[in-house]
Amino acid sequence: MIDRAPVLRLEHIVKTFPGVRALDDVSLSVLPGEVHALMGENGAGKSTLMKVLGGIYQPDAGQIVVDEKPVVMASPLEAKARGIVFIHQELSLAGELTVAENIYLGELPRKRFGLVDWDTLYSRTDAILEKLKVGFDARTLVGSLSIANQQMVEIARALTVDARAVIFDEPTASLTDAEKVVLFDVIEDLKAHGVGIIYISHRMEEIFRITDRITVLRDGTHQGTVNTAETDEEAVTQLMIGRKLDLSRNVSHHEIGDVALEVRGLSCGHLFKDISFEVYRGEVVGFYGLVGAGRTEIAETLFGLRDPSDGKILLDGKEVRIASPAEAIARGISLVPEDRKGQGLILGMNCRDNITLPQIDDLKAGPFVDEGSEIAIFDKYRDRLDIRTPGWKQLVGNLSGGNQQKIVIGKWLAMHPSVLILDEPTRGIDVGSKSEIHNLIRELAAQGYAVIVISSEMPEVLHVSDRIIAMYCGRIMRTFTSDEVNEENLIQAISGIGTENGNSTA
Amino acid sequence: MAGLTKEQIGGILARQGILVAFALFMIGFSIANARFLDPDNIMGVVRSSAILGVMALGVTFVVISGNLDLSVGSMMSFSTIVVLDLHDKIGPTLAIPAMFAMTLCLGALIGFLVGYLKLNSLIVTLGMLSAIHGLTLTYSGGKNMDIADKAGTWFGVFGQGDALGIPVPILIFVLLAAGLGILLAKTPFGRKVYAVGGNRTAATFSGIRQARVVFSCYLISAFCVATAGLIQAGRSLGSQNTVGQGLELEVLAAVILGGASLMGGSGTIFKTAIGVLILGFIQNGLLLVGLQFYAQYVVTWIIIILAVWLDIAAKRGRLWSPIA
Amino acid sequence: MQAGTLSTFLKRGAIWGFIVLELIFFSVAGEFLSLSDKAFMDAGNMLLLLKQTAPLGIIAMGMTIIMINGNIDLSVGATFALCAIVLLDSLTWPIFAGLGDGVIPVAWALALLTGIALGALNGLIVWKTGVDAFIVTLGSMLGYRGLVFMYNGEQPTSHLNWTLVDFAEAQWLGLHTATWFLLFVTVAIWFLMNRTVHGRNAYAIGDNRTAAVNAGIRVGPHMMINFMIIGFLAALSAVVFYSESGSVNPNDGELYELWVITAVVLGGTKLTGGSGSIISTFGGVLAIQLLRKGLAHIGTNTETVNLVIGLILIAVLFLDRQLNLKGKEELKV
Repeated sequence: MIDRAPVLRLEHIVKTFPGVRALDDVSLSVLPGEVHALMGENGAGKSTLMKVLGGIYQPDAGQIVVDEKPVVMASPLEAKARGIVFIHQELSLAGELTVAENIYLGELPRKRFGLVDWDTLYSRTDAILEKLKVGFDARTLVGSLSIANQQMVEIARALTVDARAVIFDEPTASLTDAEKVVLFDVIEDLKAHGVGIIYISHRMEEIFRITDRITVLRDGTHQGTVNTAETDEEAVTQLMIGRKLDLSRNVSHHEIGDVALEVRGLSCGHLFKDISFEVYRGEVVGFYGLVGAGRTEIAETLFGLRDPSDGKILLDGKEVRIASPAEAIARGISLVPEDRKGQGLILGMNCRDNITLPQIDDLKAGPFVDEGSEIAIFDKYRDRLDIRTPGWKQLVGNLSGGNQQKIVIGKWLAMHPSVLILDEPTRGIDVGSKSEIHNLIRELAAQGYAVIVISSEMPEVLHVSDRIIAMYCGRIMRTFTSDEVNEENLIQAISGIGTENGNSTA
Repeated sequence: MAGLTKEQIGGILARQGILVAFALFMIGFSIANARFLDPDNIMGVVRSSAILGVMALGVTFVVISGNLDLSVGSMMSFSTIVVLDLHDKIGPTLAIPAMFAMTLCLGALIGFLVGYLKLNSLIVTLGMLSAIHGLTLTYSGGKNMDIADKAGTWFGVFGQGDALGIPVPILIFVLLAAGLGILLAKTPFGRKVYAVGGNRTAATFSGIRQARVVFSCYLISAFCVATAGLIQAGRSLGSQNTVGQGLELEVLAAVILGGASLMGGSGTIFKTAIGVLILGFIQNGLLLVGLQFYAQYVVTWIIIILAVWLDIAAKRGRLWSPIA
Repeated sequence: MQAGTLSTFLKRGAIWGFIVLELIFFSVAGEFLSLSDKAFMDAGNMLLLLKQTAPLGIIAMGMTIIMINGNIDLSVGATFALCAIVLLDSLTWPIFAGLGDGVIPVAWALALLTGIALGALNGLIVWKTGVDAFIVTLGSMLGYRGLVFMYNGEQPTSHLNWTLVDFAEAQWLGLHTATWFLLFVTVAIWFLMNRTVHGRNAYAIGDNRTAAVNAGIRVGPHMMINFMIIGFLAALSAVVFYSESGSVNPNDGELYELWVITAVVLGGTKLTGGSGSIISTFGGVLAIQLLRKGLAHIGTNTETVNLVIGLILIAVLFLDRQLNLKGKEELKV
């Protein structure tokens, strides 16, 4: 290891949000010329930590040290001025401007009278682009580039400043193999210039290929920092998953009833193809796969939000066509959506009104809303789900993430669905609420609900599911029963290794 | 104020600021001129606010559902001209339902474009503003429309009549406000309007057919416009083609003053009515204290900015915007 | 050819295609329907058309940059009227009596400064209070109009200065003074938006405000400058127009904001900001003026113009949506 002072240190960072301790005494240091991996599951606190570093959040405690000087990152601008550069996962580009203008956004070279010095701009940009070996030039409109190329523009932006540390957030998510090679060359180049690099990724293979050290977060706490050369995938996975939550494998085998939902050869454009499965009453079926594998899109199609291009959906053995969420609800399907704030809740409405929204047409006393039964429904699900709120009048936007999620679940339980779909039911919520929701899902199955759980967290899927469907690029790769599944064969299935449509339940 | 923190006072001001402002205005004007609180004066103000008020009730629905309606002014001109024209052609009893039907068709067209085709409501209603204006001019041939026998018709009752000692325009406004207020606050439909305006996506994910809700809101708005046209026609028994011109923005001002957010999801009929009355009483009060009529526009301007500013300042917890 | 260039080209070109279509239609239809014997595409007629395009066209250039920046300005009509009053009234102020025709540049300067000040006020409020520009300018539309009426009641404000009239009616290289102003403004604003740091930053702010802020672009001053520019242009429009007409009614400029926004949207500028072209806006105002003139030429009532323009605006919006639909598998929200 290089024996020099770190370019960047985050020391004992604490950050709490209402109801959640997002970061609890987290420390991280980056040496010059080091690639430091930051790993952890979704919701482990990686992005919160990076937002603290980037000046978007202010920490409640702890300090940031750049080049051995403590600093306060008051704004993204300040972070940039101190040489901390972010390559964001979600792109922050202006599509109507050229590549060059995006790269030099906010610092366009000037001539007299406020004119842009285009010659300097383009020649500087082209020099950078040449280093990146990309197939477009400085004058190209960013909006006409592929996502991967837009990513390269983001990376090019990092090369314009005198960076001390560069943070890559899932940079390879949308890159082809050839583009990855270029990216890794760029990282090597930055290393050689003594820049410190924080590399956030889920992909073990990359982590072990390019990083020097690995820091693992879990539930907002620091699980350890190890030298990459002295560890292996299994040890890192162990750190990431931990055993703090009770995430033992599901072994319960209660009564399984009739088929509630049957899907045959369902396709929707390029999103997913030839999907067939069935869900029995009293059973939890987990959908596991990488982001973009098509799981959410299947749920949306079942819920009437997308039109399938082919295939059949059968409810209780009868073929149905579901053209809208209203029809899905009428047929007894409920969907707890992936995006709680955007799709699940109306943040400016109170708790009661959110819970009763899907059935508001049926809660009538004469022509009016029957507020008495509304409150009764709210009370019932507040008690059952242990929703912590001062009262039904509280605006949902003021609740913690966990309680918000319980409102969404309560809203759909109140519909007494025959098929309940939960998409990422525990994303971004605290550990306590997480295990409550896991228990609830098992409980619902025991009561005879047919439940589908979509999750990107392997322990969660393993914990709650009776069967697991592994998806890769819009196709079902394999269906596992809880007896035959293990972490290894599951990972293989969702990475595209293994037999397609291998169905072991028959 | 013992027992109240600064935040609580701020919160009350943010939520009930419009009522506080209203009370302050009334007190201020009544001190400045004793005639201000005279029942006749108050009645006069409400009466002259009725047309604006009736239109604002409908626009409240549209704004809460998260859209805009800039076409109400020219639509009101259309209703007025049509009903006056038909009055002499087919008689008042048939003219009124015919005019309502035609106006509702226009509302349905806008509702279809915005609700079902999901086109931007600002541009659609801007286009309809122009189109309906053109329609009215084409219909009337650009001429003023007058009822031939002004003395011999009962039609004026909508604008000039009294019932139970109350001017009919006020009666219409109050009844409509009560009816629509209940519709918005107490029925499943009203709840859905708030849901669609609060978060269109989440409303759809909750099984609400948002297109139908938006469509209905524009129908309600058109119904209110037709009613306003009826009052206008009955008041003067004759009209120019441009009688409603510019009203769309005054109506919007009243709705915003009432605290409805242009983002949708908030506002009430009651507060819109207060917003309308504030505009009416400012106009009246300024005249009574000796300022000229047009000073009300300047005062309205200042009040709108202050009202919206204080509202968002309370929400973000700081007075000045964080824009660098 | 890069991906997206063709559709961009089609969109940018659409307005000019529309103009050509209008020219053909009115020329042909004019042969059969026209009340006059003159051809529609008569040179004098076209020159007049350009001149008549100027007042709205000049303001539309300002509206384009405001909308590219992600804002909107509903107060331009009132600003236009108020500046016109300042122009005509200041020509008669006793303190300038000794200047002779030297009063003209002074009056012009006063009117233009008024426009800049009114725009700056809008911009400052948007910047400092964080209230949406739609509401701020809706308010000032009422407020500025109130000032117009407070100035002279419902009476017109009139003053004819023959030197001014001569200047305004002059033709140079065949084009009227107003046309020259429009062309000059178009070129200047094009230059501003495409060649200066301010212009490029304005695009960036409208396109992706978060990215612009994170890159250290100061959003507030840029917005304020743009509001000052549109105020200036509304005043310039008034100066050009009223130098010739010499009389302003307090209702003048009403609905201008709507006409101008229509022209800008026809020209393809996005309401959400970040995208728009000055040249296409020029096409947009030209198309509207052509339509007005053309419909009059073929003997349609001038009233029909409003109807046709309104419907065209909605049709454009509809077509734009159809072109941008992604396909059947799209999420139905």
